[in-house]
Parts: sequence; structure tokens; C-alpha cells
Amino acid sequence: MGRRVLLIEDEPNIIEAISYLLSRDGWTVHTHSDGETAMDKVMQSVPELIILDVMLPGRSGYDILRDLRAQSATADVPVMMLTARGQARDRELATSLGATQFMTKPFSNADVLDSVRALAAS
Amino acid sequence: MISFNLLILVSLGYVAFLFLVAFAAERRAASGRSAWLRSSSIYTLSLSIYCTAWTFYGAVGYAARSGLEFLTIYLGPTIVMIGWWWFLRKLVRIGRSQRLTSIADLISSRFGKSTVLGVMVTVLAIVGTTPYIALQLQSVTQSIAVFAAQSGEVWQAGDLAGAAMWVAIGLAVFTVLFGTRNLDASERHHGIVLAIAVEAVVKLLALVAVGVFVVWGVAGGVGPTLDLIDASVQAQWAPVPSRWVGLIFVSGAAFLCLPRMFQVMVVENADERHLATAGWAFPAYLLLMSLFVVPIAVVGLDLMPEGANPDLFVVTVPLAQGREGLAILAFLGGFSSATSMVIVATLALATMVSNHIVVPGWLNARTPGAVVSGDVRDVVVFSRRLSIGVVLGLGYIYFRLSGGGAALASIGLVSFTGVIQVLPAMVGGVVWRGANRWGAGAGLSVGFVVWAWTQFLPSFGVDGALSQAVFDHGPFGAGWLRPQALFGIEGMDPFVHAVFWSMILNAGAFMIVSIVTFPNPLERLQGAQFVKIFDYSSGARLWTQSAAQAEDMLVMAQRIIGGAKAQSLFQAEAQSQGKEGFLPDVTPDFIDRLERELSGSVGAATAHAMIGQLTEGTMVSVDDLIAVADETAQIMEYSNRLEAKSAEQERTARALREANEKLTALSIQKDAFLSQISHELRTPMTSIRSFSDILRDKDVGGDDRERFAGIIHDESNRLTRLLDDLLDLGVLESGQVQLNLGHGTLAEVIDRAVMAAGADDAGLTISRRPANEGVALHTDLERLTQVFINLISNAAKYATTETPELRIIVRQTGGRCVVDFCDNGPGVPKESQSMIFEKFSRLEDAGKAGGAGLGLAICRQIMAALGGDVTYLPAQGGAAFRVTLPQSVELAAQ
Repeated sequence: MGRRVLLIEDEPNIIEAISYLLSRDGWTVHTHSDGETAMDKVMQSVPELIILDVMLPGRSGYDILRDLRAQSATADVPVMMLTARGQARDRELATSLGATQFMTKPFSNADVLDSVRALAAS
Repeated sequence: MISFNLLILVSLGYVAFLFLVAFAAERRAASGRSAWLRSSSIYTLSLSIYCTAWTFYGAVGYAARSGLEFLTIYLGPTIVMIGWWWFLRKLVRIGRSQRLTSIADLISSRFGKSTVLGVMVTVLAIVGTTPYIALQLQSVTQSIAVFAAQSGEVWQAGDLAGAAMWVAIGLAVFTVLFGTRNLDASERHHGIVLAIAVEAVVKLLALVAVGVFVVWGVAGGVGPTLDLIDASVQAQWAPVPSRWVGLIFVSGAAFLCLPRMFQVMVVENADERHLATAGWAFPAYLLLMSLFVVPIAVVGLDLMPEGANPDLFVVTVPLAQGREGLAILAFLGGFSSATSMVIVATLALATMVSNHIVVPGWLNARTPGAVVSGDVRDVVVFSRRLSIGVVLGLGYIYFRLSGGGAALASIGLVSFTGVIQVLPAMVGGVVWRGANRWGAGAGLSVGFVVWAWTQFLPSFGVDGALSQAVFDHGPFGAGWLRPQALFGIEGMDPFVHAVFWSMILNAGAFMIVSIVTFPNPLERLQGAQFVKIFDYSSGARLWTQSAAQAEDMLVMAQRIIGGAKAQSLFQAEAQSQGKEGFLPDVTPDFIDRLERELSGSVGAATAHAMIGQLTEGTMVSVDDLIAVADETAQIMEYSNRLEAKSAEQERTARALREANEKLTALSIQKDAFLSQISHELRTPMTSIRSFSDILRDKDVGGDDRERFAGIIHDESNRLTRLLDDLLDLGVLESGQVQLNLGHGTLAEVIDRAVMAAGADDAGLTISRRPANEGVALHTDLERLTQVFINLISNAAKYATTETPELRIIVRQTGGRCVVDFCDNGPGVPKESQSMIFEKFSRLEDAGKAGGAGLGLAICRQIMAALGGDVTYLPAQGGAAFRVTLPQSVELAAQ
């Protein structure tokens, strides 16, 4: 059993790409694609790392991030935000809400892997 | 010698001609070219159903037996037409504004939409009209028998009965065909009206032709005819004043109260102004009809052998003179008189039976909540057709039971007197606000009983229904109850006696009971509306602001008056409130209008009950109503107007607020648009980049490699599609679009769209009606196909039931052709319905939809460019879109 990462994302092909990358790197990847129930999924069993998309059906990734930071159980879990909107103010908003890392789509696989490894090590 | 077969042939030909006339009228009316069908001359001619076979044949017989007394039958209506013109106008105005379907509906509606009164009037009408229908059947068969005898055949009772049966069946078929095409009984029946107008001309021509022949062909000119009349016994008979007054009164009153007269005069009236024309033209028609009655009677008596039936002189005199052609024309005149009366009377009675007995019964038999879930429309149409059969069946049975003999001949006046028992309630209801339903019920019951006792039962003759002892000494020896000498007043003519007592006691009971009892609130409001019809432009309203949902009401209205009509009603209302789509605000005005619209189909009482069920708990409380009704009419009107005004202001304010919100939303949308495009482009690019990175690694397995390549391929396609859509939308929005106009049929476009949308792969079943799709198009066929593909693939995507189904329905409404795409999926939630045509408004779930949410925005732009429209159609069960085709569409010649 490798280390556990939770990927919250709604595009099936992106889920598939990231899952492939990370499992090859030794991670156990859990996925969830609905914003509204994402917090429940996290609270069931808190992962070591969360990759969180911003535009999700039901609830935005920012709202979920806010909740994650407000709960003691998840306040310290590293969160990598993924977004297709790469403007500076999106990045600022994510950081101010407590994102550990911010990644703009489209991303390079190497960047994702490096960031994940770095976050897990810290 | 005339061949009997020829007569039958001519009759059948004439009937076929009438079917054609009616059919052509319906076709023209359906295509909107019906202006002349609604002209005042057609209206006047349709009133002539007052002249039945009883007047056509019977007037001559009447003149032969009683001299000039037959004139009273024409004088009554003439006096009403001229002297009571104001009353007729009031009736017509009320009938139109309340969408009345029959005289029973008038009484029921006026007296608080009472079901009981509706039933009473209906029963009275059936009892009064059945013998009359029998009389018509008899006259037709008797005249046929004359020709049979002429060609050497002797008809037995069985032959007469058989002929009567065939005539009854034919009339039932005609009435069902042309009387129940429109569910809305308050709509005009163009086919029937035109057919009876033609028959009116035929019967007038026939009678005048026979008259001219008799005067100039037989008697030898006007002078000799007058001499003959002077010499006849008829000239010696002096009129009996009391009978004349009674007869004129009864025939005038019957003119107002007969169900068939109400049908043509009020229900079928297309324009109030036609009454003005009919006011002089109809009396002129009656004058022509009566002109030759005396000459025919006198010459007939002079010419024909002793004992010949004067009722048939119109046919037998020409036959005796060897004028077979004229005799056949006369026969057709009598046939016309009989059939037109029977058709309209049956239609009127069937509407009454269906609306006041069958449908309320059917509704009562169901649990209240189920009212809107049943298909009321089918029930109403079926019950109306069934009622037509039953009414004609009753007429036929009466004809058989009465033996078709002389007993029928006197039944005309008996019928009239029965039917006019409605008169006090009718006139009182329209001119007197104090009249109420207790009074109306009492008057009707008393009148009915007195009429039955003094005239109807005695009409079966001594020892028929009543024994000699009852005639002489009253029932159980109560002398003051003798049927022909009530209260011991003897010596009156039995007819005058019956009319006098039934009317006096009826009107008395009506007034006294009305005065000593209290009307319910609904009656007070209806009473004010009926009595002051000309003051009430907007009308008192019966409903307060209601919590009823427009969507529920639309569902109900669709089931009763049909989809197309309900939708256009709701759309028009929404439009007048400044809203798009089909769901207006449920204002009291609108509920009121809807109720009237529904009452045109199912009658006032039922419509009221149905609306009541939807708005239950929000109807005005009784106390409120009494308070309102006690105010003067002016105050009510004034407050109504104020209320309407403040509601209007509120609506305007809300419209402004909404417009403002929309503007704000638009500017936010503009920012959002760029960021949306960015998002939509980046998402597929992410997959492409990521998987192409992966594929560069050497250690990817063969299966994975292939799959990843597939994903890259799909995502590139998605990017291309998105860019195409964006460019397309850009071109369409800028109005620079190049249209490629071409010719084709709607069926071809739908075929292509169904194929291209790949509905089969998604397991979507598509049901179509190819017969309706033969619409010729001249438009940009490619673009139209694109719209259809979009709608079909939306259904394939979003109709997520076990057996997804899409119905494609083509129909013509209001000169436009619309194509509805209705699926059985979950539909679009109400709060999202106004958004779905916006760009990027895909509802959630990006993965499944697989598009960027531009499809419907493009559809709307395309339809706008083509000169049509696409809208969301609420309340259809699933999601439903309506494409309104451009106006240039024409029906293919079929």
C-alpha cells in the first residue's frame, strides 16, 4: 500500500491522466468528482494529499478549500489546486484561502510529479 | 308517375350535398378564410330553424283547420325580434362574455354556477324537445309514404318505422361529425350553421314555389285565389282573442327559450351586430314563409278529395297536378325543415346533457385530486357524442311509442309550453339582480308540475295518462285540481288555461321565493354581471390572488381545451404581462379568464369546480364576498380597476428590476465569457498535453498506449468542435450569416437530423407522425437540420430514463408550423428554464454533456436568422422544445 492521495476533479480524461501518473509513482489514488459531497469523502478517511479542481459541479473548489482549512482534521493536509483559469487573481485567491500549491491547466506531467513529491516530503 | 327510387336517390344526393357544404365550411373556417361564414345573412338564415316541419307542413294544415290562427306562430318571434331587441342583445352579450354553451348553462351560470339548476333545465329541455324531434321524424316519413303510395306501394307501419330509424341514424352521424369537431361548445360550428342556412333557403324556395304554382298555376291568378279564399269556410272564422294572445305569447317565449334557438341565436353568434340585421331580415323571412299558407290550404281543400290530410297539401297538391319535380322540391323543403331542426336541437341538448349531467357525474365519481390527471377532453367529447345518440334515440323511441299517429300533431304547442317554463328564470335572471337560485328552482319546479298536470298528461287524451274521472272531478275528488279547470275556474280554452296557470304560478313562485331567501355570494356577483352586462367591461372577479402555480394550471388547461390552444392562451397572457415563455403570473384576472375559457368546454359549474380545486384555500372567503357584493356595482368596478392598476405598477416595477438584474448579469457575463472560453479550451488541452507526455515514455503498455492515443484524438476533436461553435456563434450573433436557401420538406430535414444525431446509439426511441410532416420548406435546410440535430442529441444526452423516448410532433397553429421535441426525461427545472438558451449554460455535469453549452444558444441564433424561433415548452412531462418554423413555410399540396 503506497501513500494515499485524493483527487477531486470532474473531467474523466484528466482524472485518468493524473491517476496513471501518480499510481506509477507509487501512490494509491482515490478519486471523487462531485463538489457537493467532496467534504464527506475527505472526512471518511483523511488522505495525505489532496488535489482539488476549482470548477466542480455542485460546489466550487475554493469553498471546499475553505472548509478543509476550517476543520482541524484537515487543516494541515497539503492541497494542490488545479484550475483552468490561470489568472494572477485566481492564484492569489487560492493562496489566501490556504492552498499549498497552485497548478494551471494545462500542466506538464513533470511539474505535477515534482510538486506532489515535494508536498509529500514536507 | 314518379319513381319512388328516384325520390330516395334525390334525398340521398341532397344529404350528400349537405355533408359537402358542411365539410367545405369547416375546411374554410380551419384555414381562416371564414369571414363570409360569419356574415349576418348566414346568421339570419340559421335562425330559421325556428321553422320546422311543423311550420312547413303543419301551417297549411293548421290554416285548413283553424283559419288565420297559424299566424300567431310567426307573430310571436316577430314581436320578440323587433320589440325585445334590447333583451336579445343583452343575452348575446352575456353569452359571449360568459362563454355560455347552452340555455341550461345560462341558468346555471347566472344562479351561482349551480349544478342542480343545470340538471333541471336540461331535463325540462329533454322532456320538451323529445316529442318535437319525434314530430320531425314523423313528418319526414309521412311525406316519404306519400310518394311510396304514389308509385303504387302501400306502406305499413313497419316501413315507416324503418325509414324513421334510418333518418335518425343519418342525422346522428351528421351531428356527431360536425357538432363535436371542436370540443369548445361555445365555438362556432361553421359546418352545421352553413348547412342549416342552405336548408333555410331550400325550404323557403320550396314553399314559395308551391305557393306560386298554386296561385297562378292552379287557381288562375291572384284575383281568383282571393275569391276562393273569400268563399271558403276559413274566412268566416273569427279569431278567438284569448287564444291569439296565448299563442303569440307562447311562440314568442319559445323563440327565446328553445334550446335550439339559444344555440343559433347566442352560442353560434359571431358578432352582436348581426342581431340588428336579423331584427328586420328574420321577420321578413317569416313573412315570406307565411305568405302562401292560406292559398295552399284553401286551394288544397277545394281540389283534394274529402278526407285528404291537409298537413301534406304542400306535397300532395303538386303531385295531384302531375308536377312531380315541384313535389320533390316541396319534399326537400320539408326534409330541410325537419333535419335542420333535429340537428341543432340534438346538438344543443347533447351539450346540455354532457356538460350538466355526464361530466359532473364523472368528476364526482373520481377523487378530487385526480381531476387534472384524467384526460377530461376525451371524456367530454365521448359524452357529447354519446348524448347525441341518446337524444336522437329518445326521439325515435317516442315516435315508435306514440305510433306516429295524429297524437303527435298537437304536440308542437305542448312542447312549446313546456320549454317556456324556463322563461321567468331566464328573463328574471337577466333583468333582476334580486333573483336567486332558490327562486329559479322553485319557479322551474312549479311551472314544470303545472304544465305536466294541465297540458302534458292531458295531451295523451282521456283515459290516456289521466282517467275521465280525474278530468271531471280532479284527483281523489279534489275538484279544484281538475287539470283543465284549476282552482275551479272553468270555461277557459285548455291551451290558454295551461299557459296562464303555469306561467302565473311559475313566475309567482320564482319572485316570492327569490324575495324571501338569500342568494349566495357567487350568485350576487354573477347576478350583477348578468344584469349590468353593458357596464361590466372587465367584470367582477371571483378569485383573489392565488397560490396556484401557472404550471399546474397549464397542465389542467391542456387536458381540457387541448395542448395548442392552452399553450397559446398562456403564452398570450405571459406576453401581455411582459414575460417570455408560457407561464404568466397567476393574477385574479387570468384565473377568471381561464375559468371562462374552460367553461366553454365543460360548462360553468364544472369549470368553476376544477379551478377551485387548483386554487383551493385561496378562494375568496364568503365573508369577503358578501362584503364586496354589498357594495354598489360602481364601487366594485372602481376598486377592481384600482387593484388592477396597482398590480400593474407592481409588475412594471418588477420588470424594471429584472431588466436591471439582467444588465448587471450581462456585464458580469462578458467577463465571465472570456474566462469561460479559457476554461473550455484549457480542459481538453490539459488531457492532450498530459497524455502526450505520458506517451513519450517508453514504458507504457501497448493497450494503454492505444487508449491514450484515442483520448488525445477525442479531445482534439472536442477542441475543434468548440472552436467551430464559437466561430459559428460569432457569425450568427453579428448578423453576418450567409443563408443557403433551398427547397425541401420537413420530413427530409427531420430524417437527416435523426440520422446525424445518432439517436439509436444512445438507445433513444424516436416517435414521429410522418403524415403531418409533409410540409414544404423554403429556407436554409442545413441550418434547420443543425437545430434539429442539436435538440435530438440533447434528448439523447439528458433523457436518462430506462426507456428514453423522444416524440417529434408537427402541427399548424395560427398559420404557423411548429415542431415540438418532447422527451420523457427529467426535464429542465423551472429556475433554469430561462437560462438554457444562454451561452455556456450547460447544466452541471460536464463529463456527460460533452459540449461546452453552446448548442441551444446557437439554435436560438439560427432560428432567429431564419425568421423562426425556438423556445422551451414547460409542463410536458419531460424536456420539450418548440421550434416555430419561418412564416414562408407552406402546407404541401396533398
